[in-house]
Amino acid sequence: EKYGLGRTALPEEIAAWDVDVQPDGTGLPVGSGNAFDGEEIFAEHCAICHGDFAEGIDNWPKLAGGADTLDHEDPLKTVGSYWPYLSTTWDYVNRSMPFGNAQSLSADEVYAIVAYILYSNDLIDDEFELSNETFLDVQMPNAGGFIIDDREATEYAHWRGEPCMENCKDSVEVTMRATVLNVTPDQEHGDAAMAEEAKASPAPAPEAAPEPEPEVAALDAELVAKGEKVFKKCKSCHQVGDNAKHKTGPILNGIYGAAIGGAEGFKYSKTMAGFGGTWDDANLAGFLAKPKKFMKGTKMSFNGLKKEGDIAAMIEYLKSVSQ
Amino acid sequence: TPDPLITEVQDWASGLGDGVDATPYGLPISHEGDVIRRNVEWLTADTISSINFTPIHALDGTITPQGCAFERHHSGAIELKKEDYRLMINGLVDNPLVFTYADLERFPRQNHIYFCECAANTGMEWAGAQLNGAQFTHGMIHNMEYSGVTLRTLLEEAGLDAAGDLKDKWVYVEGADASSNGRSIPMEKALDDVLVAFKANGEALRKEHGYPVRLVVPGWEGNMWIKWLRRIEVMDGPVESREETSKYTDTLEDGTSRKWTWVMDAKSVVTSPSPQAPIKHGKGPLVITGMAWSGHGRITRVDVSKDGGKTWETARLGSTQGDNKALTRFYLDTTWDGEEMLLQSRAMDETGYVQPTKAQLREVRGLNSIYHNNCIQTWHVKANGEAENVEVS
Repeated sequence: EKYGLGRTALPEEIAAWDVDVQPDGTGLPVGSGNAFDGEEIFAEHCAICHGDFAEGIDNWPKLAGGADTLDHEDPLKTVGSYWPYLSTTWDYVNRSMPFGNAQSLSADEVYAIVAYILYSNDLIDDEFELSNETFLDVQMPNAGGFIIDDREATEYAHWRGEPCMENCKDSVEVTMRATVLNVTPDQEHGDAAMAEEAKASPAPAPEAAPEPEPEVAALDAELVAKGEKVFKKCKSCHQVGDNAKHKTGPILNGIYGAAIGGAEGFKYSKTMAGFGGTWDDANLAGFLAKPKKFMKGTKMSFNGLKKEGDIAAMIEYLKSVSQ
Repeated sequence: TPDPLITEVQDWASGLGDGVDATPYGLPISHEGDVIRRNVEWLTADTISSINFTPIHALDGTITPQGCAFERHHSGAIELKKEDYRLMINGLVDNPLVFTYADLERFPRQNHIYFCECAANTGMEWAGAQLNGAQFTHGMIHNMEYSGVTLRTLLEEAGLDAAGDLKDKWVYVEGADASSNGRSIPMEKALDDVLVAFKANGEALRKEHGYPVRLVVPGWEGNMWIKWLRRIEVMDGPVESREETSKYTDTLEDGTSRKWTWVMDAKSVVTSPSPQAPIKHGKGPLVITGMAWSGHGRITRVDVSKDGGKTWETARLGSTQGDNKALTRFYLDTTWDGEEMLLQSRAMDETGYVQPTKAQLREVRGLNSIYHNNCIQTWHVKANGEAENVEVS
């Protein structure tokens, strides 16, 4: 039965709202972008929550990493490790991101951001031109990782029938208590216990750090200013200044001349903690150029500063926050 | 000694109360100030994309008042006027249509009571007893009476001849908010019992529940109940959106993940006594109560154990027969002798399904699952009447 209610949707109206993209690419607009361009767009629009390298800040989603962790304890589910279809990423970035400014990106910007996320997951190189035409060329690692709900066979079939009413177990022991964790919000004051408290493994006592050597060299103001700009790349993980806190990376106040792996209250990788020495010019230059090569096993996910000028500027800037 | 509350004339028995214009739209009396939704700050990065919890420990009966029914937003609760509301139906339909809110009110409508449970309800308890209160372990649920038009009515108004064989067709539904929260629903369900609702418990939907129009998908995970519903597209396959791939899927021990786990299986929980609702009256008559529900249909029986699952007693259901895909209240009217109890409840639904233990679930799904945890819950009630969330062997 028809009621004759509503009116015909106009083609322009359908075009404005019908923007979803299906796994086979149906719905993708014409356009393209690569990771090289995407890095800058990502830094501007996405990095504040997702980190410069898509590694995630605080509780915001991590978009990169986690390869081959799905069958491990606490798997890391990211676009690279978990999402089965690339269309999902394009669709979501296009429709719902950036958080608080959704539907503000052009199609080319979305292609570039998606390319950067793929690049951060080592799924494409930074020259790959992602477009509506190359879209299906990208292989998503977990594409075959999903099965359709099988509870009927694996669960329901076993859990139907008359349940036990008496003598169902020999003994009952309490094996775990919620109050031990103490993560339940305080209801009188309405504020929540912090997750960190719950997971609290006691922070290792910082090893006695050698006194930083006094540095009284005059700073090159121009170089400091340039370094401050370069430091933007580090800001999502490292804080400096009066109210600085340890984030993904430690506070960098006073880092120049300080003991390597010596910031109090920060949980370093084993490598960093046992590296020895101080952050002098040579160590900083080596670490900033290729962190993972200089210090195999460091947690710092940054790939390094490519330009020598940037490294010199960064060291000068770090000196400035160390005085 | 005589009770002065009886022997002395009280202010309220002598003076005057509020006039009828004191509260044009009522709020709970101040003495019930603790019956509120609560947030668990550490769960999410931000309250804009987050969830809070229904104070189920303090409620009775089955209907959840809208004002304390849990909220879950992905980009915040938006303010959308009825006058600005538009609902589009497009895709594989004979005639793509746009409806206004006023149009929706002119279709024949129905009333149904359904529970809405977030797939993540009890998800924090997978790895072990974690949050100390029924509100936090089981409060991502509410149960309301919805008034609305069936989705079938609207789809038929647009005409489904263009879709051909409906068996392999889907509808994609999305909201007007920034998150869109799009989800794909198989046509069979869309034509079965899905409602496009604009009233809950007799009044307009609250902003936080999708005012002016939301989708009601009975028995299926709450994420599919699209709020601020703006578009319904008939499609030849699922979109595989973020909400149906990266979220709301269930990763098993071997690393493969189940998708399309839409139905919420039978589940129950004792709401009182519980950690936020301790026994304060000492020995003697005790009402143990809780709620049960199943996405597969009606609850037929609930058993309660006081000894951690060694022995069970069948509880009394609050109504003679549980409602279809709606909360059922249960009571065990008993006598407490002051001994410690390990309280559990176990629901059965009309398909014969029996609510499993956490061990049974873990055996099938492993430890990395998050969503769809419908395990039996245990409260350790101590001699002083206080209760704690525990896990038992």
